[in-house]
Amino acid sequence: MASKVCANAAEALVGVKDGMTFVLGGFGLCGIPENCIAELQKLGVKNLTCVSNNAGVDDFGLGLLLQTRQIKKMISSYVGENALFEKLFMSGELELEFAPQGTLAERMRAGGAGIPAFFTPTGVGTLIAEGKEVREFDGKKYILERGITGDFAFVKAWKGDKFGNLVYRKTARNFNPMAATAGKITVAEVEELVETGSLDPDQIHTPGIYVQKIFQGSNYQKRIEQKTLRKD
Amino acid sequence: MPLTREDIARRIAQEVEDGFVVNLGIGIPTLVANYIPSHKDVMLQSENGLLGVGPFPTANEVDPDLINAGKQTITTVPGSSFFSSADSFAMIRGGHVNLTILGAMEVDEKGNIANWMVPGKLVKGMGGAMDLVASARRVIVAMQHTDKEGNSKLRTKCTLPLTGLGCVNRIVSDFGVIDVGPDGFILKEFAPDLNPSLIKERTEGKLTISPDVKAMTL
Repeated sequence: MASKVCANAAEALVGVKDGMTFVLGGFGLCGIPENCIAELQKLGVKNLTCVSNNAGVDDFGLGLLLQTRQIKKMISSYVGENALFEKLFMSGELELEFAPQGTLAERMRAGGAGIPAFFTPTGVGTLIAEGKEVREFDGKKYILERGITGDFAFVKAWKGDKFGNLVYRKTARNFNPMAATAGKITVAEVEELVETGSLDPDQIHTPGIYVQKIFQGSNYQKRIEQKTLRKD
Repeated sequence: MPLTREDIARRIAQEVEDGFVVNLGIGIPTLVANYIPSHKDVMLQSENGLLGVGPFPTANEVDPDLINAGKQTITTVPGSSFFSSADSFAMIRGGHVNLTILGAMEVDEKGNIANWMVPGKLVKGMGGAMDLVASARRVIVAMQHTDKEGNSKLRTKCTLPLTGLGCVNRIVSDFGVIDVGPDGFILKEFAPDLNPSLIKERTEGKLTISPDVKAMTL
């Protein structure tokens, strides 16, 4: 079997091209694939569609790719931490598709699980429902939402083995497990790459079948957006 | 005097029952956690993927991998669990969460809520709010009764894009406790320094004063 292990992001992102769709893990700046995003900026690929719950902040996360105008369209649930995003959207330079957070998670999950569409109660009677099929089940209305897949998915895990089995840490798990299933090619960057067989099979969050490339990331900043402390 | 933000949170905390799983939104709802009495066994759910949110950390406990839905650093309580965002919203959409407490820009007399967008002005997004209100067993809204100009935010009909339809059960505003009934708003409790007729006057949507209306106790 060809090895999934890459030396770094540059090696893992071979094949990334203009106009591609990327599905990314992370919530806010927590559990984002920092190395892959930095590499996308370095590659300078353009007209990208990024599916990610948030769009980073002005100078970190996907905000980096907004600075360089590499993103054509975002599919997100919340972009409020990013002033540049608001400016680009208002001026028409950036397309935006809002997806409610739970719907976004389920769209990734469905996409990765071979389910092209599903009905959800979320967003019935709102702007989100516009143009979508509405159906009633047991007296309650639901709207039809589409599964999402990407040319690449980029996820960040705490530990991973050479087969691509992944373990996330605390709330850095968030969207990563679904994003991992939704890429034609899924790239996992991990804080610690270990030998296959050294992770407990009972504790694996993402089975390696979903991961095509894996590398041990470097220089993690793990920025905190709202450092809030107890007063005692 | 209308209630302070802390008072609104303190009153809402009375709605939290022993054994509940509760999702707290950003702003005043986050403060509710401070007023839940310790004898009540309550688990707080954070929709990014945690059941069992604990207090904010000390400087030594800060962990960038451990945040709440407001992106604040937090801790966990004994019995907590981490899960993916898909699992998190399965809990929410599946009706497993007992109570959702969130903020709003407007609520109308049909129980519709708007809290995610001001066209042409504010583009932030709904985050998890649409999922939370669509399927919660019970939705309580924490909000200011009027805007800075004194215009009622409890409307006849919401003017802003909706977050959810007919989903609000109760509002705790700085003026009082208001239920949403089949025939509009019902004033159940009023802030100690205000009187029910004044609250009715300051409310745009149809508001009935409940026969058993009383002053709020905090």
